[in-house]
Amino acid sequence: MEKFTTLTSTAIPMNIENVDTDQIIPARFLKATDREGFGDNLFRDWRYNKTGNLNPDFVLNHPEYSGSILVAGDNFGCGSSREHAAWALTDYGFKVIVSSFFADIFKGNALNNGLLPVQVSPDFLKVLLSEITEKSTTKLVVNIENQSISIEGTSFQESFDIDAYKKTCMINGYDDIDYLLSKKETIEAFEKQKTY
Amino acid sequence: MGKTLFDKVWDAHVVDIIDPDSYRDGPQVLYIDKHLIHEVTSPQAFNELKERNIPVFRPEQIVATADHNTPTKDQHLPIKDALSRNQLEQLSKNCKENNITLYELGHKYNGIVHVMAPELGITQPGMTIVCGDSHTSTHGAFGTIAFGIGTSQVAQVFASQCLLLTKPKSLRVSINGKLKNGVLPKDVILYTISKLGTNSGTGYFCEYAGNVFENMSMEGRMTVCNMSIEMGARGGMIAPDETTFEYIKGREFAPKGDELEKKVVYWKTLPSDKDAKFDKEYYFDAEDIEPMITYGTNPGMGIKISQTIPETSDASFEKSLNYMDFKKGESLINKPINFVFIGSCTNSRIEDFRVAANYIKGKQKAANVTAWLVPGSKQVEAQIIEEGLKDIFDEAGFELRQPGCSACLAMNEDKIPQGEYCVSTSNRNFEGRQGQGSRTILASPLMAAATAVEGKIIDITKQMN
Ligand code: SF4
Repeated sequence: MEKFTTLTSTAIPMNIENVDTDQIIPARFLKATDREGFGDNLFRDWRYNKTGNLNPDFVLNHPEYSGSILVAGDNFGCGSSREHAAWALTDYGFKVIVSSFFADIFKGNALNNGLLPVQVSPDFLKVLLSEITEKSTTKLVVNIENQSISIEGTSFQESFDIDAYKKTCMINGYDDIDYLLSKKETIEAFEKQKTY
Repeated sequence: MGKTLFDKVWDAHVVDIIDPDSYRDGPQVLYIDKHLIHEVTSPQAFNELKERNIPVFRPEQIVATADHNTPTKDQHLPIKDALSRNQLEQLSKNCKENNITLYELGHKYNGIVHVMAPELGITQPGMTIVCGDSHTSTHGAFGTIAFGIGTSQVAQVFASQCLLLTKPKSLRVSINGKLKNGVLPKDVILYTISKLGTNSGTGYFCEYAGNVFENMSMEGRMTVCNMSIEMGARGGMIAPDETTFEYIKGREFAPKGDELEKKVVYWKTLPSDKDAKFDKEYYFDAEDIEPMITYGTNPGMGIKISQTIPETSDASFEKSLNYMDFKKGESLINKPINFVFIGSCTNSRIEDFRVAANYIKGKQKAANVTAWLVPGSKQVEAQIIEEGLKDIFDEAGFELRQPGCSACLAMNEDKIPQGEYCVSTSNRNFEGRQGQGSRTILASPLMAAATAVEGKIIDITKQMN
């Protein structure tokens, strides 16, 4: 996993609530057996219209918006546990997703792939969405060390929560397998004495 | 203070707590008893292990099936779609190389992972079970901690039979009273989600309590726990009782004889203590529940069949109605429907097909309707034939297909066409879930059967009384 400390980037405003993982990557694209290439089909049925052409109304297709931060509506990532959703977002180039609420499994999957979910208050989200929408050159600054997100060059700032262990993992690029493997003896001892 | 069912099972599985001094409320190492895998979310995990040269730690605690991507017709023939075929071949190869039991396509134990495992007695009270699939919550019906995980976590369990997790909070939904005629377990859970919303359970494990659940069959309890994830909860649980023990007894991999007796003594200690505290509690009356139906693009957008679509003003709500081509304030009764799907890990057990057959018997499917019945497993399929239900379905013009996830997620060719409505017994009505541009209306097997017969949505309660 790549290390993550701070990021300054323009952002894409996607003001849609309850974005489920079926929208992020529809099931028909889950037939691959590796992790690459899912970005091509990220938000497939919103990005492309029925004839397979780019849908000009969808925000990812607006030429003025770009960047490695996606700012989305409430309850992002609900539904299916498919980690392909996190792979599609990172493959497309996102490093941070901002929303006022994340579904549990998505959040875990994102963190396991070096994609940072930043949960902000509904009010702060509103400000972000309108600032970015109005001025596409607006830059956001995300700092994982002091757990803050701000609009560059302004006093708009909020802090966000992140599990302390996961924070260490993100900053150092560690993953859970390394930790679990280091616990093998304890696990074997547990298996011998378990009571149920 | 007393402990909840969830606490008891969780605490018995904690191997270690990560450096509690530096990480307050940090993750714990949780031991996993059973790991279920399928073709879609496992290949990348096997690859990761191989790349990092890590062996599978406890292959005997893993069970594999092929379900998401499999055809539901002509299963004896080679799979036409090259990508699907490759995915299934990968699963077979990975299982073989790692000594993992696989019930592949055509095997008499093959089926949707959340149907076949309970049916074989693999799922037992007090266990921890995970699978790379969010509806793993189904197994909670047995008083099991069961939840869906991502592929990175599948790799973690392969490597260590453990997961690093922060302990979720606890939530209890209590429903007491007598359910009305025509109200099925599916209605109970659709009602609950419509009341609580799709993210009320996020960060929680939910226990369902009260006489409504106590009186439910295991099949019904599985339907309820299955949809816990649709209110955001990682899992749902119901206390094990005599109904649970009876269901497990005699199943292929269930404990037998003395061993079973010993287990039952332990299982009886699991229900939540009287003085156990939950972080959140909700109460509903059984009498308030009616046959339910969804009108929008998330499972929380449900109404009683007698109600009309709410007059909510907000952009997401309107986007959703627009997709469904429904209007605020309208009733769904008499809406013409061309597709009906009875299947998925929510409602594809024998009891669901009995309910449908019982209604359909002596009636005919409406001419405009394509009605697919997809059993959850080979065993359910065999039982449908054995009990003579297939004859009823054939005579009425319904199509009984072979087991698999099918039109629940439309990965294979079982898709609902663009713009069409489907009354479906599955669990998700997201945009395009059943095929690009398809419109899903979630309901019980009884409502689905009635829709297929009438060719439109009807108020089933009118026929009940
Ligand atoms: S039936 Fe549907 S919800 Fe259940 S496991 Fe299969 S795809 Fe998932």
